[in-house]
Amino acid sequence: MEHRLQCSVIQVGTKEADMIATNYRGPYRIRADRNKSMPRMEHPNDAIIRVTRSLICGSDLHLYHGLVPDCRVGSVFGHEFTGIVEEIGSSVQNLKVGDHVVVPFNIACGSCLFCQHQLYGNCNETAPQSAAAAGFFGYSHTTGGYDGGQAEYVRVPFADVGPFIIPDDIDVDDAVLLADAYPTGYQAAEMAEIKPGDTVAIFGAGPVGIFAAKAAQWLGAGRVIVIDKEDYRLEFVKRFAQCEAYNFLEMDDPVLFLKRETDFLGPDSCIDAVGCEASGSKLQGILGVKMLIQAGSAVAVQWAINAVKKGGTVSVVGVYGPTANLIPLGNIVNKGITVRANQASVKRHIPHLIEHIRNGLIKPSEVLTHRVPLEEVADAYHLFSSKLDHCIKPVLIPPRAA
Amino acid sequence: MQESFIPTNSVHGWGVDADKSVRPNYPMWKKSAQGTGAHWTEPEQQLGFNDFHSLERPGPTKVFGKTVAPSGLSGKIRKLAFSYGEGSFAHWMTLILADRINVVEGLIDDVTHGVMPGLLKERGWNVDKQFKTKRYKRVVNLSIMAALLPIVYFVFLKKKNPSNL
Repeated sequence: MEHRLQCSVIQVGTKEADMIATNYRGPYRIRADRNKSMPRMEHPNDAIIRVTRSLICGSDLHLYHGLVPDCRVGSVFGHEFTGIVEEIGSSVQNLKVGDHVVVPFNIACGSCLFCQHQLYGNCNETAPQSAAAAGFFGYSHTTGGYDGGQAEYVRVPFADVGPFIIPDDIDVDDAVLLADAYPTGYQAAEMAEIKPGDTVAIFGAGPVGIFAAKAAQWLGAGRVIVIDKEDYRLEFVKRFAQCEAYNFLEMDDPVLFLKRETDFLGPDSCIDAVGCEASGSKLQGILGVKMLIQAGSAVAVQWAINAVKKGGTVSVVGVYGPTANLIPLGNIVNKGITVRANQASVKRHIPHLIEHIRNGLIKPSEVLTHRVPLEEVADAYHLFSSKLDHCIKPVLIPPRAA
Repeated sequence: MQESFIPTNSVHGWGVDADKSVRPNYPMWKKSAQGTGAHWTEPEQQLGFNDFHSLERPGPTKVFGKTVAPSGLSGKIRKLAFSYGEGSFAHWMTLILADRINVVEGLIDDVTHGVMPGLLKERGWNVDKQFKTKRYKRVVNLSIMAALLPIVYFVFLKKKNPSNL
Protein backbone atom coordinates (compact mmCIF):
# COMPACT_ATOMS: atom_id res chain seq x y z
CA MET A 1 0.00 0.00 0.00
CA GLU A 2 2.84 2.32 0.72
CA HIS A 3 4.08 1.84 -2.81
CA ARG A 4 0.73 2.97 -4.13
CA LEU A 5 1.17 6.34 -2.56
CA GLN A 6 4.27 6.96 -4.58
CA CYS A 7 3.20 5.90 -8.03
CA SER A 8 -0.05 5.21 -9.74
CA VAL A 9 0.28 1.44 -10.00
CA ILE A 10 -2.34 -0.51 -8.15
CA GLN A 11 -1.30 -3.82 -6.61
CA VAL A 12 -4.39 -5.84 -5.94
CA GLY A 13 -4.82 -9.55 -6.46
CA THR A 14 -1.53 -9.91 -8.33
CA LYS A 15 -1.11 -13.39 -9.79
CA GLU A 16 1.82 -14.81 -11.68
CA ALA A 17 -0.07 -14.74 -14.98
CA ASP A 18 -0.84 -11.04 -14.61
CA MET A 19 0.78 -8.10 -16.28
CA ILE A 20 0.97 -4.34 -16.06
CA ALA A 21 -1.44 -2.56 -18.40
CA THR A 22 -3.07 0.83 -18.69
CA ASN A 23 -6.59 1.01 -17.42
CA TYR A 24 -8.95 3.74 -18.61
CA ARG A 25 -11.24 4.84 -15.79
CA GLY A 26 -13.08 7.77 -17.36
CA PRO A 27 -12.36 11.13 -19.00
CA TYR A 28 -8.93 12.44 -17.95
CA ARG A 29 -8.41 9.38 -15.73
CA ILE A 30 -6.07 6.54 -16.55
CA ARG A 31 -3.76 4.38 -14.49
CA ALA A 32 -1.48 1.39 -14.76
CA ASP A 33 -2.72 -1.75 -13.02
CA ARG A 34 -0.61 -4.78 -12.20
CA ASN A 35 -3.47 -7.25 -12.21
CA LYS A 36 -4.48 -7.31 -15.87
CA SER A 37 -4.65 -10.92 -17.03
CA MET A 38 -2.26 -11.92 -19.80
CA PRO A 39 -3.64 -11.82 -23.35
CA ARG A 40 -4.82 -15.14 -24.77
CA MET A 41 -4.75 -16.57 -28.26
CA GLU A 42 -8.21 -16.21 -29.72
CA HIS A 43 -7.61 -17.15 -33.36
CA PRO A 44 -5.13 -19.42 -35.23
CA ASN A 45 -3.46 -16.39 -36.85
CA ASP A 46 -2.90 -14.52 -33.57
CA ALA A 47 0.45 -13.71 -32.05
CA ILE A 48 1.23 -12.59 -28.51
CA ILE A 49 3.82 -9.86 -28.40
CA ARG A 50 5.91 -8.58 -25.49
CA VAL A 51 5.90 -4.82 -25.87
CA THR A 52 9.26 -3.04 -26.02
CA ARG A 53 8.16 0.52 -26.85
CA SER A 54 4.69 2.02 -26.76
CA LEU A 55 3.80 5.56 -27.72
CA ILE A 56 0.99 7.84 -26.67
CA CYS A 57 -0.61 9.23 -29.80
CA GLY A 58 -2.43 12.53 -30.19
CA SER A 59 -5.48 10.47 -31.06
CA ASP A 60 -5.18 8.63 -27.72
CA LEU A 61 -5.92 12.02 -26.18
CA HIS A 62 -9.36 11.98 -27.81
CA LEU A 63 -10.02 8.71 -25.98
CA TYR A 64 -8.46 10.06 -22.80
CA HIS A 65 -10.74 13.10 -22.93
CA GLY A 66 -13.81 10.89 -23.45
CA LEU A 67 -14.64 12.10 -26.97
CA VAL A 68 -14.73 8.73 -28.72
CA PRO A 69 -18.08 6.90 -28.40
CA ASP A 70 -18.18 3.38 -26.94
CA CYS A 71 -14.93 3.74 -25.04
CA ARG A 72 -15.53 1.48 -22.08
CA VAL A 73 -14.05 1.82 -18.60
CA GLY A 74 -11.35 -0.82 -18.18
CA SER A 75 -10.02 -0.56 -21.75
CA VAL A 76 -6.31 -0.77 -22.48
CA PHE A 77 -5.14 1.98 -24.84
CA GLY A 78 -2.17 2.13 -27.19
CA HIS A 79 -1.88 1.56 -30.92
CA GLU A 80 1.74 2.48 -31.63
CA PHE A 81 4.10 -0.18 -30.38
CA THR A 82 6.97 -2.48 -31.11
CA GLY A 83 7.53 -5.81 -29.43
CA ILE A 84 9.06 -9.24 -29.44
CA VAL A 85 6.98 -12.19 -30.63
CA GLU A 86 6.43 -14.50 -27.66
CA GLU A 87 3.86 -16.93 -29.02
CA ILE A 88 2.33 -17.62 -32.42
CA GLY A 89 -0.87 -19.32 -33.49
CA SER A 90 -1.04 -22.53 -35.51
CA SER A 91 -1.52 -20.81 -38.89
CA VAL A 92 1.15 -18.10 -38.55
CA GLN A 93 3.83 -18.44 -41.27
CA ASN A 94 5.49 -15.05 -41.63
CA LEU A 95 6.64 -14.56 -38.03
CA LYS A 96 8.59 -16.67 -35.59
CA VAL A 97 9.06 -16.48 -31.85
CA GLY A 98 11.77 -13.97 -31.01
CA ASP A 99 11.21 -11.64 -33.96
CA HIS A 100 11.29 -7.95 -33.05
CA VAL A 101 8.40 -6.32 -34.90
CA VAL A 102 6.69 -3.00 -35.35
CA VAL A 103 2.93 -3.42 -35.41
CA PRO A 104 0.84 -1.08 -37.62
CA PHE A 105 -2.06 0.46 -35.73
CA ASN A 106 -4.55 -1.00 -38.23
CA ILE A 107 -5.70 -4.57 -37.78
CA ALA A 108 -6.23 -5.95 -41.27
CA CYS A 109 -7.40 -9.35 -42.52
CA GLY A 110 -5.38 -9.12 -45.74
CA SER A 111 -8.10 -10.68 -47.86
CA CYS A 112 -11.26 -8.52 -47.91
CA LEU A 113 -11.98 -6.24 -50.87
CA PHE A 114 -10.25 -3.32 -49.17
CA CYS A 115 -7.17 -5.19 -47.94
CA GLN A 116 -6.70 -6.70 -51.40
CA HIS A 117 -6.27 -3.15 -52.68
CA GLN A 118 -3.96 -2.23 -49.79
CA LEU A 119 -6.54 -0.15 -47.97
CA TYR A 120 -5.44 -1.73 -44.69
CA GLY A 121 -6.91 1.14 -42.68
CA ASN A 122 -10.35 0.21 -44.02
CA CYS A 123 -10.45 -3.55 -43.47
CA ASN A 124 -13.97 -4.92 -43.41
CA GLU A 125 -13.37 -7.90 -41.15
CA THR A 126 -11.91 -6.50 -37.94
CA ALA A 127 -14.43 -4.14 -36.25
CA PRO A 128 -17.88 -5.63 -35.61
CA GLN A 129 -19.25 -2.56 -33.82
CA SER A 130 -18.77 -0.25 -36.76
CA ALA A 131 -19.05 -0.71 -40.49
CA ALA A 132 -17.36 2.66 -41.04
CA ALA A 133 -14.25 2.12 -38.91
CA ALA A 134 -11.74 -0.71 -39.15
CA GLY A 135 -10.06 -2.53 -36.28
CA PHE A 136 -7.37 -0.59 -34.40
CA PHE A 137 -5.47 -1.61 -31.29
CA GLY A 138 -6.68 -0.02 -28.05
CA TYR A 139 -9.04 2.47 -29.57
CA SER A 140 -12.54 1.92 -28.09
CA HIS A 141 -15.17 -0.56 -29.18
CA THR A 142 -16.00 1.61 -32.18
CA THR A 143 -12.79 0.23 -33.70
CA GLY A 144 -13.26 -3.36 -32.58
CA GLY A 145 -12.68 -3.40 -28.82
CA TYR A 146 -9.11 -4.69 -28.93
CA ASP A 147 -6.69 -4.36 -26.02
CA GLY A 148 -3.92 -1.95 -26.87
CA GLY A 149 -0.17 -1.86 -26.59
CA GLN A 150 0.25 0.34 -23.52
CA ALA A 151 0.76 -2.88 -21.63
CA GLU A 152 3.47 -5.48 -21.15
CA TYR A 153 1.89 -7.97 -23.57
CA VAL A 154 -0.63 -7.62 -26.36
CA ARG A 155 -2.59 -9.93 -28.65
CA VAL A 156 -1.96 -9.18 -32.33
CA PRO A 157 -4.62 -10.63 -34.64
CA PHE A 158 -3.70 -11.48 -38.25
CA ALA A 159 -0.03 -11.75 -37.37
CA ASP A 160 0.80 -12.72 -40.96
CA VAL A 161 -0.56 -9.42 -42.30
CA GLY A 162 0.26 -6.55 -39.94
CA PRO A 163 3.57 -6.91 -38.07
CA PHE A 164 6.77 -5.91 -39.85
CA ILE A 165 10.11 -7.33 -38.70
CA ILE A 166 12.42 -4.47 -37.73
CA PRO A 167 15.63 -4.64 -39.82
CA ASP A 168 18.88 -4.82 -37.85
CA ASP A 169 20.04 -1.39 -38.98
CA ILE A 170 16.91 0.41 -37.79
CA ASP A 171 16.77 1.63 -34.21
CA VAL A 172 13.71 0.53 -32.26
CA ASP A 173 12.96 4.17 -31.32
CA ASP A 174 12.75 5.02 -35.03
CA ALA A 175 10.81 1.85 -35.83
CA VAL A 176 8.05 2.50 -33.31
CA LEU A 177 7.13 5.71 -35.13
CA LEU A 178 6.44 3.58 -38.22
CA ALA A 179 3.39 2.18 -36.44
CA ASP A 180 1.34 5.32 -36.97
CA ALA A 181 2.67 8.87 -36.71
CA TYR A 182 5.28 8.83 -39.49
CA PRO A 183 3.16 7.00 -42.14
CA THR A 184 0.10 9.08 -41.20
CA GLY A 185 2.07 12.29 -41.74
CA TYR A 186 3.41 10.99 -45.04
CA GLN A 187 -0.01 9.90 -46.25
CA ALA A 188 -1.48 13.27 -45.22
CA ALA A 189 1.01 14.98 -47.52
CA GLU A 190 0.45 12.43 -50.30
CA MET A 191 -3.33 12.90 -50.14
CA ALA A 192 -2.83 16.67 -50.42
CA GLU A 193 -1.88 16.01 -54.06
CA ILE A 194 1.18 18.24 -53.94
CA LYS A 195 2.76 19.20 -57.25
CA PRO A 196 6.32 20.55 -57.43
CA GLY A 197 6.40 24.17 -56.31
CA ASP A 198 3.00 24.10 -54.58
CA THR A 199 2.26 25.99 -51.38
CA VAL A 200 1.03 23.72 -48.60
CA ALA A 201 -0.49 24.83 -45.30
CA ILE A 202 -0.43 22.33 -42.43
CA PHE A 203 -2.63 22.86 -39.39
CA GLY A 204 -1.09 21.30 -36.29
CA ALA A 205 2.57 20.94 -35.33
CA GLY A 206 2.17 17.74 -33.37
CA PRO A 207 4.10 14.63 -34.45
CA VAL A 208 1.80 13.99 -37.45
CA GLY A 209 1.97 17.61 -38.61
CA ILE A 210 5.75 17.53 -38.19
CA PHE A 211 6.07 14.40 -40.37
CA ALA A 212 3.58 15.83 -42.88
CA ALA A 213 5.72 18.96 -43.22
CA LYS A 214 8.80 16.84 -43.86
CA ALA A 215 6.95 14.65 -46.37
CA ALA A 216 5.57 17.72 -48.17
CA GLN A 217 9.20 18.70 -48.87
CA TRP A 218 9.90 15.21 -50.28
CA LEU A 219 6.87 15.52 -52.52
CA GLY A 220 8.25 18.77 -53.90
CA ALA A 221 6.26 21.49 -52.15
CA GLY A 222 7.63 24.94 -52.87
CA ARG A 223 6.50 26.42 -49.64
CA VAL A 224 5.41 24.63 -46.45
CA ILE A 225 3.58 26.70 -43.83
CA VAL A 226 2.76 25.13 -40.45
CA ILE A 227 0.18 26.73 -38.13
CA ASP A 228 -0.09 25.88 -34.41
CA LYS A 229 -0.33 27.65 -31.07
CA GLU A 230 2.59 26.12 -29.20
CA ASP A 231 5.78 28.07 -29.87
CA TYR A 232 8.09 25.20 -28.88
CA ARG A 233 6.46 22.90 -31.43
CA LEU A 234 6.64 25.59 -34.12
CA GLU A 235 10.35 26.01 -33.41
CA PHE A 236 10.81 22.25 -33.62
CA VAL A 237 9.03 21.82 -36.96
CA LYS A 238 10.84 24.82 -38.44
CA ARG A 239 14.15 23.10 -37.76
CA PHE A 240 13.05 19.51 -38.42
CA ALA A 241 11.30 20.11 -41.76
CA GLN A 242 13.01 23.33 -42.82
CA CYS A 243 9.69 25.09 -43.29
CA GLU A 244 7.83 28.20 -42.18
CA ALA A 245 5.88 28.06 -38.92
CA TYR A 246 3.46 30.59 -37.41
CA ASN A 247 1.50 30.91 -34.20
CA PHE A 248 -2.21 31.52 -34.83
CA LEU A 249 -2.61 33.15 -31.43
CA GLU A 250 -0.66 36.05 -32.89
CA MET A 251 -3.07 36.39 -35.83
CA ASP A 252 -6.53 37.95 -35.89
CA ASP A 253 -7.66 35.52 -38.54
CA PRO A 254 -5.48 32.58 -39.67
CA VAL A 255 -7.46 32.19 -42.91
CA LEU A 256 -6.86 35.82 -43.81
CA PHE A 257 -3.20 35.41 -42.87
CA LEU A 258 -2.81 32.53 -45.33
CA LYS A 259 -4.62 34.47 -48.05
CA ARG A 260 -2.30 37.46 -47.54
CA GLU A 261 0.72 35.16 -47.68
CA THR A 262 -0.40 33.69 -51.01
CA ASP A 263 -1.42 36.66 -53.13
CA PHE A 264 -4.99 36.34 -51.85
CA LEU A 265 -5.38 33.03 -53.68
CA GLY A 266 -4.83 30.62 -50.79
CA PRO A 267 -2.47 27.63 -50.47
CA ASP A 268 -2.77 24.93 -53.14
CA SER A 269 -3.33 22.31 -50.43
CA CYS A 270 -4.26 22.38 -46.76
CA ILE A 271 -3.69 19.53 -44.32
CA ASP A 272 -5.59 18.98 -41.08
CA ALA A 273 -3.21 17.25 -38.69
CA VAL A 274 -5.08 18.26 -35.55
CA GLY A 275 -8.36 16.42 -35.17
CA CYS A 276 -11.26 16.88 -32.84
CA GLU A 277 -9.69 18.92 -30.07
CA ALA A 278 -8.52 21.88 -32.09
CA SER A 279 -8.28 25.23 -30.33
CA GLY A 280 -9.00 28.46 -32.11
CA SER A 281 -12.78 28.79 -31.99
CA LYS A 282 -14.81 29.12 -28.81
CA LEU A 283 -18.02 28.04 -30.55
CA GLN A 284 -16.46 24.90 -32.01
CA GLY A 285 -14.81 24.12 -28.67
CA ILE A 286 -17.98 24.46 -26.62
CA LEU A 287 -20.16 22.49 -29.02
CA GLY A 288 -17.56 19.84 -29.78
CA VAL A 289 -15.36 19.31 -26.76
CA LYS A 290 -17.41 20.59 -23.80
CA MET A 291 -20.94 19.60 -24.82
CA LEU A 292 -20.20 16.78 -27.26
CA ILE A 293 -23.16 17.71 -29.46
CA GLN A 294 -20.82 17.62 -32.41
CA ALA A 295 -18.02 15.11 -32.88
CA GLY A 296 -15.25 17.37 -31.59
CA SER A 297 -14.07 20.82 -32.55
CA ALA A 298 -13.59 21.04 -36.32
CA VAL A 299 -11.63 24.32 -36.39
CA ALA A 300 -8.75 22.92 -38.44
CA VAL A 301 -11.02 21.63 -41.22
CA GLN A 302 -13.03 24.86 -41.14
CA TRP A 303 -9.85 26.89 -41.61
CA ALA A 304 -8.48 24.48 -44.22
CA ILE A 305 -11.59 24.68 -46.38
CA ASN A 306 -11.80 28.45 -46.13
CA ALA A 307 -8.09 29.04 -46.72
CA VAL A 308 -7.34 26.63 -49.56
CA LYS A 309 -7.15 27.86 -53.15
CA LYS A 310 -10.21 27.32 -55.36
CA GLY A 311 -9.88 23.94 -57.01
CA GLY A 312 -7.35 22.95 -54.35
CA THR A 313 -7.16 19.93 -52.06
CA VAL A 314 -7.89 19.55 -48.37
CA SER A 315 -6.32 16.48 -46.78
CA VAL A 316 -7.70 15.33 -43.42
CA VAL A 317 -5.95 12.87 -41.14
CA GLY A 318 -7.15 14.39 -37.86
CA VAL A 319 -9.44 12.05 -35.95
CA TYR A 320 -13.08 13.03 -35.46
CA GLY A 321 -15.94 11.14 -33.90
CA PRO A 322 -18.37 9.46 -36.28
CA THR A 323 -21.36 11.67 -35.36
CA ALA A 324 -21.19 14.95 -37.36
CA ASN A 325 -19.28 18.23 -37.38
CA LEU A 326 -19.76 21.91 -38.18
CA ILE A 327 -17.85 22.58 -41.38
CA PRO A 328 -18.51 25.04 -44.22
CA LEU A 329 -19.86 22.50 -46.69
CA GLY A 330 -21.13 25.31 -48.94
CA ASN A 331 -17.58 26.52 -49.50
CA ILE A 332 -16.40 23.06 -50.55
CA VAL A 333 -18.92 23.44 -53.38
CA ASN A 334 -18.32 27.15 -54.05
CA LYS A 335 -14.58 26.61 -54.29
CA GLY A 336 -14.58 23.25 -56.04
CA ILE A 337 -12.41 21.70 -53.36
CA THR A 338 -11.28 18.09 -53.37
CA VAL A 339 -11.38 16.62 -49.87
CA ARG A 340 -9.18 13.59 -49.32
CA ALA A 341 -8.97 11.74 -46.06
CA ASN A 342 -8.28 8.32 -44.65
CA GLN A 343 -6.87 6.35 -41.80
CA ALA A 344 -3.29 5.76 -42.90
CA SER A 345 -2.67 2.45 -44.59
CA VAL A 346 0.48 1.87 -42.54
CA LYS A 347 1.63 -1.45 -43.98
CA ARG A 348 2.01 -0.20 -47.54
CA HIS A 349 4.17 2.75 -46.40
CA ILE A 350 6.66 0.98 -44.14
CA PRO A 351 9.26 -0.27 -46.68
CA HIS A 352 9.41 3.10 -48.48
CA LEU A 353 9.65 5.10 -45.26
CA ILE A 354 12.38 2.82 -43.92
CA GLU A 355 14.41 3.63 -47.03
CA HIS A 356 14.15 7.33 -46.19
CA ILE A 357 15.46 6.60 -42.68
CA ARG A 358 18.33 4.57 -44.17
CA ASN A 359 19.19 7.34 -46.62
CA GLY A 360 19.49 9.80 -43.76
CA LEU A 361 16.56 11.92 -44.89
CA ILE A 362 14.83 11.66 -41.53
CA LYS A 363 15.36 10.54 -37.96
CA PRO A 364 11.80 9.97 -36.71
CA SER A 365 12.84 9.41 -33.10
CA GLU A 366 13.74 13.10 -32.79
CA VAL A 367 10.08 13.75 -31.93
CA LEU A 368 10.31 11.53 -28.84
CA THR A 369 10.81 14.00 -26.01
CA HIS A 370 9.89 12.00 -22.91
CA ARG A 371 10.73 8.43 -21.89
CA VAL A 372 8.32 7.31 -19.19
CA PRO A 373 8.01 3.94 -17.41
CA LEU A 374 4.68 2.26 -18.22
CA GLU A 375 3.83 2.39 -14.51
CA GLU A 376 3.69 6.19 -14.68
CA VAL A 377 1.28 6.30 -17.61
CA ALA A 378 -1.12 8.70 -15.84
CA ASP A 379 1.61 11.31 -15.60
CA ALA A 380 2.63 10.77 -19.23
CA TYR A 381 -0.92 11.34 -20.46
CA HIS A 382 -1.28 14.48 -18.40
CA LEU A 383 2.10 15.78 -19.53
CA PHE A 384 1.23 15.20 -23.18
CA SER A 385 -2.37 16.38 -22.95
CA SER A 386 -1.49 19.62 -21.17
CA LYS A 387 1.65 20.23 -23.31
CA LEU A 388 3.81 20.46 -20.18
CA ASP A 389 7.60 20.49 -20.25
CA HIS A 390 7.69 21.09 -24.03
CA CYS A 391 6.38 17.59 -24.66
CA ILE A 392 6.05 16.53 -28.30
CA LYS A 393 5.65 12.77 -27.94
CA PRO A 394 6.11 10.51 -24.90
CA VAL A 395 7.29 6.92 -25.20
CA LEU A 396 6.27 4.37 -22.57
CA ILE A 397 8.72 1.65 -21.66
CA PRO A 398 7.32 -1.46 -19.96
CA PRO A 399 9.45 -3.05 -17.21
CA ARG A 400 9.76 -6.30 -19.21
CA ALA A 401 10.84 -4.46 -22.38
CA ALA A 402 14.50 -5.44 -22.14
CA MET B 1 4.15 35.87 -56.52
CA GLN B 2 3.32 32.38 -55.43
CA GLU B 3 5.01 30.86 -58.48
CA SER B 4 8.26 32.64 -57.59
CA PHE B 5 8.56 30.37 -54.54
CA ILE B 6 9.96 27.40 -56.52
CA PRO B 7 12.79 26.50 -54.15
CA THR B 8 16.39 27.02 -54.98
CA ASN B 9 16.66 24.42 -53.02
CA SER B 10 18.52 23.74 -49.83
CA VAL B 11 16.00 21.40 -48.24
CA HIS B 12 17.52 17.97 -47.65
CA GLY B 13 15.62 15.35 -49.67
CA TRP B 14 13.44 17.90 -51.47
CA GLY B 15 11.51 16.34 -54.30
CA VAL B 16 12.71 12.73 -53.79
CA ASP B 17 9.10 11.56 -54.02
CA ALA B 18 7.93 14.15 -56.54
CA ASP B 19 7.30 11.40 -59.06
CA LYS B 20 3.90 9.94 -58.21
CA SER B 21 4.89 6.42 -59.21
CA VAL B 22 7.32 6.13 -56.26
CA ARG B 23 4.67 7.08 -53.70
CA PRO B 24 3.49 3.94 -51.89
CA ASN B 25 -0.07 5.23 -51.51
CA TYR B 26 -0.57 6.07 -55.19
CA PRO B 27 -3.01 5.23 -56.66
CA MET B 28 -5.32 4.72 -53.73
CA TRP B 29 -6.79 1.43 -55.00
CA LYS B 30 -3.84 -0.70 -55.96
CA LYS B 31 -3.11 -4.39 -55.50
CA SER B 32 0.18 -5.22 -53.86
CA ALA B 33 2.75 -6.94 -56.05
CA GLN B 34 4.16 -8.78 -53.00
CA GLY B 35 0.75 -9.85 -51.65
CA THR B 36 -0.78 -8.84 -48.36
CA GLY B 37 0.72 -11.61 -46.24
CA ALA B 38 -2.62 -13.41 -46.10
CA HIS B 39 -2.50 -17.05 -47.21
CA TRP B 40 -6.26 -17.56 -47.15
CA THR B 41 -9.08 -16.45 -49.38
CA GLU B 42 -11.29 -16.03 -46.36
CA PRO B 43 -9.96 -15.96 -42.80
CA GLU B 44 -11.15 -18.38 -40.14
CA GLN B 45 -13.90 -17.10 -37.88
CA GLN B 46 -12.88 -16.24 -34.32
CA LEU B 47 -15.30 -17.79 -31.83
CA GLY B 48 -16.95 -16.53 -28.67
CA PHE B 49 -18.48 -13.22 -29.75
CA ASN B 50 -20.36 -11.69 -26.81
CA ASP B 51 -20.74 -8.08 -27.87
CA PHE B 52 -22.92 -6.03 -30.20
CA HIS B 53 -22.42 -5.67 -33.91
CA SER B 54 -23.44 -2.78 -36.13
CA LEU B 55 -26.79 -3.05 -37.89
CA GLU B 56 -24.86 -2.24 -41.05
CA ARG B 57 -23.14 -5.61 -40.85
CA PRO B 58 -24.63 -9.06 -41.36
CA GLY B 59 -22.87 -10.35 -38.23
CA PRO B 60 -19.60 -10.09 -36.30
CA THR B 61 -16.33 -9.68 -38.16
CA LYS B 62 -13.82 -12.53 -38.64
CA VAL B 63 -11.82 -11.32 -35.64
CA PHE B 64 -12.79 -8.97 -32.83
CA GLY B 65 -11.46 -7.64 -29.55
CA LYS B 66 -12.68 -8.82 -26.19
CA THR B 67 -11.33 -6.06 -24.00
CA VAL B 68 -14.44 -5.21 -21.94
CA ALA B 69 -17.77 -6.97 -22.45
CA PRO B 70 -20.88 -4.83 -22.03
CA SER B 71 -22.32 -5.05 -18.53
CA GLY B 72 -24.63 -3.32 -16.06
CA LEU B 73 -26.78 -0.33 -16.84
CA SER B 74 -24.30 1.02 -19.39
CA GLY B 75 -24.44 -2.34 -21.17
CA LYS B 76 -28.23 -2.08 -21.43
CA ILE B 77 -27.93 1.43 -22.85
CA ARG B 78 -25.32 0.23 -25.34
CA LYS B 79 -27.72 -2.49 -26.40
CA LEU B 80 -30.30 0.22 -27.10
CA ALA B 81 -27.69 2.22 -29.05
CA PHE B 82 -26.95 -0.75 -31.27
CA SER B 83 -30.63 -0.97 -32.20
CA TYR B 84 -30.03 2.18 -34.30
CA GLY B 85 -27.94 2.30 -37.44
CA GLU B 86 -24.60 4.08 -37.61
CA GLY B 87 -26.19 6.76 -39.75
CA SER B 88 -28.34 8.06 -36.90
CA PHE B 89 -27.40 10.49 -34.15
CA ALA B 90 -29.31 8.33 -31.67
CA HIS B 91 -26.73 5.54 -32.06
CA TRP B 92 -23.72 7.65 -31.19
CA MET B 93 -25.26 9.96 -28.59
CA THR B 94 -26.69 6.98 -26.72
CA LEU B 95 -23.23 5.39 -26.71
CA ILE B 96 -21.72 8.57 -25.25
CA LEU B 97 -24.37 8.55 -22.53
CA ALA B 98 -23.52 4.92 -21.78
CA ASP B 99 -19.83 5.88 -21.57
CA ARG B 100 -20.58 8.47 -18.87
CA ILE B 101 -22.69 6.05 -16.84
CA ASN B 102 -19.91 3.51 -17.26
CA VAL B 103 -17.54 5.90 -15.44
CA VAL B 104 -19.74 5.83 -12.34
CA GLU B 105 -19.97 2.03 -12.60
CA GLY B 106 -16.18 1.97 -12.80
CA LEU B 107 -15.88 3.90 -9.54
CA ILE B 108 -18.30 1.53 -7.80
CA ASP B 109 -16.44 -1.44 -9.23
CA ASP B 110 -13.11 -0.12 -7.96
CA VAL B 111 -14.42 0.40 -4.44
CA THR B 112 -16.11 -3.01 -4.28
CA HIS B 113 -12.81 -4.60 -5.35
CA GLY B 114 -10.94 -2.83 -2.60
CA VAL B 115 -9.23 -0.32 -4.87
CA MET B 116 -9.43 3.29 -3.77
CA PRO B 117 -9.63 5.23 -7.06
CA GLY B 118 -6.86 7.81 -7.10
CA LEU B 119 -8.92 10.60 -8.61
CA LEU B 120 -6.05 13.06 -8.66
CA LYS B 121 -3.31 10.56 -9.36
CA GLU B 122 -5.20 9.01 -12.28
CA ARG B 123 -5.41 12.49 -13.78
CA GLY B 124 -1.62 12.70 -13.61
CA TRP B 125 -1.81 15.77 -11.42
CA ASN B 126 1.29 14.55 -9.59
CA VAL B 127 3.38 16.16 -12.31
CA ASP B 128 1.71 19.53 -11.80
CA LYS B 129 3.97 20.03 -8.81
CA GLN B 130 6.91 20.21 -11.20
CA PHE B 131 5.33 22.58 -13.69
CA LYS B 132 3.27 25.69 -13.19
CA THR B 133 -0.20 24.89 -14.47
CA LYS B 134 -3.59 26.46 -14.09
CA ARG B 135 -5.25 23.70 -12.20
CA TYR B 136 -8.30 25.79 -11.24
CA LYS B 137 -9.16 26.22 -14.90
CA ARG B 138 -9.32 22.47 -15.35
CA VAL B 139 -11.55 22.06 -12.31
CA VAL B 140 -13.93 24.71 -13.65
CA ASN B 141 -14.02 23.08 -17.08
CA LEU B 142 -14.73 19.64 -15.67
CA SER B 143 -17.54 20.93 -13.48
CA ILE B 144 -19.13 22.74 -16.42
CA MET B 145 -18.97 19.54 -18.46
CA ALA B 146 -20.48 17.49 -15.65
CA ALA B 147 -23.30 20.01 -15.25
CA LEU B 148 -24.10 20.16 -18.96
CA LEU B 149 -24.20 16.46 -19.79
CA PRO B 150 -27.64 15.72 -18.31
CA ILE B 151 -29.00 18.80 -20.09
CA VAL B 152 -27.60 17.55 -23.39
CA TYR B 153 -29.26 14.23 -22.79
CA PHE B 154 -32.67 15.64 -21.94
CA VAL B 155 -32.72 18.33 -24.62
CA PHE B 156 -31.30 16.37 -27.52
CA LEU B 157 -32.21 12.78 -26.89
CA LYS B 158 -35.04 12.35 -24.43
CA LYS B 159 -37.63 14.52 -26.17
CA LYS B 160 -37.29 12.99 -29.58
CA ASN B 161 -39.06 9.86 -30.51
CA PRO B 162 -36.12 7.65 -31.48
CA SER B 163 -38.02 5.87 -34.24
CA ASN B 164 -38.30 9.17 -36.13
CA LEU B 165 -34.56 9.76 -36.24
